[in-house]
Amino acid sequence: MKSPVFFLVWIVVAAIVFAFGLYLKNDYFFFAGYTVLQYVVLATGWNILGGYTGYVNFGSAAFFAMGAYASVVMHKVAPLPVPLLIIIGGIVSGLVGLGMGYLTLRLRGAFFAIATLALAVVLQTLIVNWDFVGGSRGAYIIRPNTLDIAGLQIPYIEYLFALMLILAVCALTVARIVERSRLGFGFATIRDDEVAAEACGVPTLRLKLMATTLSGALMGMAGAPFPYYIGYLQPSSAFGLEYAVNSIAMPMIGGTTSWVGPLIGAIVLGTLQQVATVTISSAVNLLIVGLLLTGFVIIAPNGILGLIHKFRGQSDADKVGRRVIRETP
Amino acid sequence: MGVTTDLFINAIIAGILLGGFYAAVTIGISISFGILDIVNIAHPAFVILGSYIAYLLNVSLGIDPILASVVALPAFFALGMAVYQLYYSSFEKFGQEALRGLAFFFGLLFITEVVLILAFGVDYRYVHTPYIDTTLHFGFVDIPLRMLVPCVVALLLVVGLIIYLGRTFTGRAIMAVAQDQHALKFVSADPIKIKRIAFGISIATASIAGALLIVIQPVEPSVGREYIGRVFAICVLGGMQSLPGTLIGAMLLGIMESLTATFYGPSWAPAVAFGFLLLTLAFRPQGLFGR
Amino acid sequence: MNGMVQTLVRPTRRALLAAAAAVALFASGPAHAADPIKIGFSMALSGGLAANGKAALLAMQMWQEKVNAAGGLLGRQVQLVHYDDQSNPNTVPGIYTKLIDVDKVDLLVSPYGTNLMAPAMPIVMQKGFTYMGLFGVGVNDQFNYDRYFQIMPMGPKSAETIPDAFFAVAKTLNPAPKSVAIVGADAEFGKVNADSARKIAKAMGLKIVYDRSYPPSTVDFAPIVRAVQASQPDLVFLASYPTDTVGITRSIHEIGLKTRLIGGGPVGLQFAAIKTQLGPLINNMLGYELYVPAPTVKFPGIEEFVAAYQAKAVGQGVDPLGLYVPPFIYAAMEVMGQAVTKTGSLDQKALAKTLHDNTFSTVVGDVKFAPNGEWEKPRVLMVQYRNITGNGLDQFRKPDPYVILYPPQFKTGDVKEPFQSK
Repeated sequence: MKSPVFFLVWIVVAAIVFAFGLYLKNDYFFFAGYTVLQYVVLATGWNILGGYTGYVNFGSAAFFAMGAYASVVMHKVAPLPVPLLIIIGGIVSGLVGLGMGYLTLRLRGAFFAIATLALAVVLQTLIVNWDFVGGSRGAYIIRPNTLDIAGLQIPYIEYLFALMLILAVCALTVARIVERSRLGFGFATIRDDEVAAEACGVPTLRLKLMATTLSGALMGMAGAPFPYYIGYLQPSSAFGLEYAVNSIAMPMIGGTTSWVGPLIGAIVLGTLQQVATVTISSAVNLLIVGLLLTGFVIIAPNGILGLIHKFRGQSDADKVGRRVIRETP
Repeated sequence: MGVTTDLFINAIIAGILLGGFYAAVTIGISISFGILDIVNIAHPAFVILGSYIAYLLNVSLGIDPILASVVALPAFFALGMAVYQLYYSSFEKFGQEALRGLAFFFGLLFITEVVLILAFGVDYRYVHTPYIDTTLHFGFVDIPLRMLVPCVVALLLVVGLIIYLGRTFTGRAIMAVAQDQHALKFVSADPIKIKRIAFGISIATASIAGALLIVIQPVEPSVGREYIGRVFAICVLGGMQSLPGTLIGAMLLGIMESLTATFYGPSWAPAVAFGFLLLTLAFRPQGLFGR
Repeated sequence: MNGMVQTLVRPTRRALLAAAAAVALFASGPAHAADPIKIGFSMALSGGLAANGKAALLAMQMWQEKVNAAGGLLGRQVQLVHYDDQSNPNTVPGIYTKLIDVDKVDLLVSPYGTNLMAPAMPIVMQKGFTYMGLFGVGVNDQFNYDRYFQIMPMGPKSAETIPDAFFAVAKTLNPAPKSVAIVGADAEFGKVNADSARKIAKAMGLKIVYDRSYPPSTVDFAPIVRAVQASQPDLVFLASYPTDTVGITRSIHEIGLKTRLIGGGPVGLQFAAIKTQLGPLINNMLGYELYVPAPTVKFPGIEEFVAAYQAKAVGQGVDPLGLYVPPFIYAAMEVMGQAVTKTGSLDQKALAKTLHDNTFSTVVGDVKFAPNGEWEKPRVLMVQYRNITGNGLDQFRKPDPYVILYPPQFKTGDVKEPFQSK
């Protein structure tokens, strides 16, 4: 399937999801759905660096927060429509990603992961001490109840939800394009054996910088509308541990080698967390996430995607086997 | 002038005392992450578990929390071995430890935290010992035993481990695992068994570190998260496998935090410490004391 | 991969089933008159605020039990619908829309604390609910919502109440103090109070000799206390969180801080765990309390409530003393209940009007709300801890350890200075 077709198909899917929400006439669907979609974007962004090139980023929360705080700054300086804020948030976090890439050019494996963790702490400290964006006191971003588009009064949460839907489709399309392009193959060579790739003339440094930038930008975009969703942004919630955890856990549960993995992981784990919050609703909630994550990586090392492949793979292998036999003279 | 020198010297001493405690929390990571290459981010959660065990023994039997943690050592050692066995058979055996191992320990972090919440509730827990309220004064220098005792215990722990790893057969084998796992087979040592022991030791140190933590401050189940960044920072600063390096890295971080807090305002302390780590990584990836 | 996309797109029977399940999750039936009155809220039952959240929930359940035993409200039983927000503000918008749109609750109460209260505000306002706030500082300053009420007795200018009380006590010192050090935690409560303290200190003509905030992850407070000591302040204003309060108090004694008056807004001293842990170390410190068993502070029913709470708190892992959070949460529910009865309906607008127009008598005394939803007059007690010996819990149930210095109508003694560290 060509990328534009892919994009259109998913836009249709997104439209169906949105229509379903309208049919329910229920804001809870939009609020809970927004969170899940936000994780789809975040997980997809993380996976471009973490899944495709194999560089684990512990600092997802920092990129998310930079996107969110870029919106807070713009809200105070010159309020812009949210779609523009998403682009600005993407640029800011993309630049942070680029900077991180430069700073960590020589680092591999766990060292890289720890550098991203350190970066997150440094950025959080900067935000906490920056009074213009509220500092540790937090910033109130008061959203209107409705948005006026061409005379239509659209509830603001539906607007945010729709934006996040479109953003999720864009993120998935980008991830798929990257995956299937020369860029993606380059990323894969880094993941498999960076030294060998470099020896073969793959421009690993440049590719790495592209991955950190792109990944950072997507995570920043996920964060940009967040201040309007939450209404009151504090450093501790913008840099929340759950973003770092989920952006790693979701691709891991879904499968890291393809764009489908983060999508599945985010939908499964994100929905489960939402459901658990309003059903079990106690500390046991966290326990389930912990058990699921631990259990999943033990039982299904390549995520849900791996399970599907394994399930399908046997029959595929049979077919290949038969074909080989048939083609052998 | 006199005030500044006085402040400066006190800040250095406070930093060293704090650094000693940091070393105790980090030493387990230096073994698991530095030597065994296992990214155990759940280590701080085990430390909190250690705090609660020390609390439990202290409250029910009235024994000193640090002594209690020594009593609990074998249990923690066994727990560590069990965790490693699970980790090995699930990930390491297949060479999939990097990413999935990480997710596994993330999960363990949550599980430990929730189990503690379910078992102990969420209120702050603390211990009473005679030395918590005592302070030594030498001229303008004040040394609270609340910080000194943990520091001394941490030093003993680190020195003990250095001797163990350097002088005993198992200890040397553990260091050898870090270099070349297969070479071990030539001296007829099972690398997996050696690693299991090493990981057991690393978790066992969490028992002691936990007791030190609850001596220093009251503890609730989610306190551990605040240490994840610090311990890995120290481990990397110290050059990963080097235990003396860990000690120096811990003290360096303690002194940096303490000096920043004294002279520039405490709110910048994390940025200074982690900025330093970031620059170290960027320009000297092997750590300050790595080879 | 294409095949997978098609499977995902094609509406298979499984997908339809999933959609049906989703509809079931989001849908709910219409309410009947005989159904119980549902009161919805999220509460921190795990995470950093859980100690307070659990105590609050216990107080709410005590109210529910009592009301239902007496026949309920408007002839209907009362049901509490609550979810755990994990002390995480990001879960709050989802929970409150669920409460309103799916559970169709009749009344709303807020989560515990400013950080968690604020994210629900836009939703509550959009749906026009009356919102009873629990222990938030200045949330409505930004939203100006006329159906917002808040039970912590901070008064209309809630950010200034604690520093006000502290400096009011400082003014009674003779000779008058000249300098002040301000130490606040790098989080909402610390920052808000430190900001107000700075403003008030400047207005009083005090010299601010130290003014710093510290990150919540600080382990060792010795460098901070030493820097404070070096600036030789007459007064030290603290706005710290529980673990920090312990660390700072210990460091104060370890270093031998010399100052005339210290305290103000250390969070934590209100709770039994911290009180008993620090014991005599908090003697002569100033802390804010909302209720203490002093002879001047007598409200009808408060002693019975506290006794009942303490009996229930045993073995639940919550604050065994329950002087700070539980009575006020209970009072918030009493106010809601009385307002419903007075209004005679669950109409949110009429309810807000009743709440604005009336005075409610509760276990924490008479409550009257100002136009912005805060108490009309602040009623925070500035207490100097005295006569504490050892670390026993029972002494804190008696009036002896508390000397109320402010406000004047509750005063039980005069301030004692200087602050003597051991």
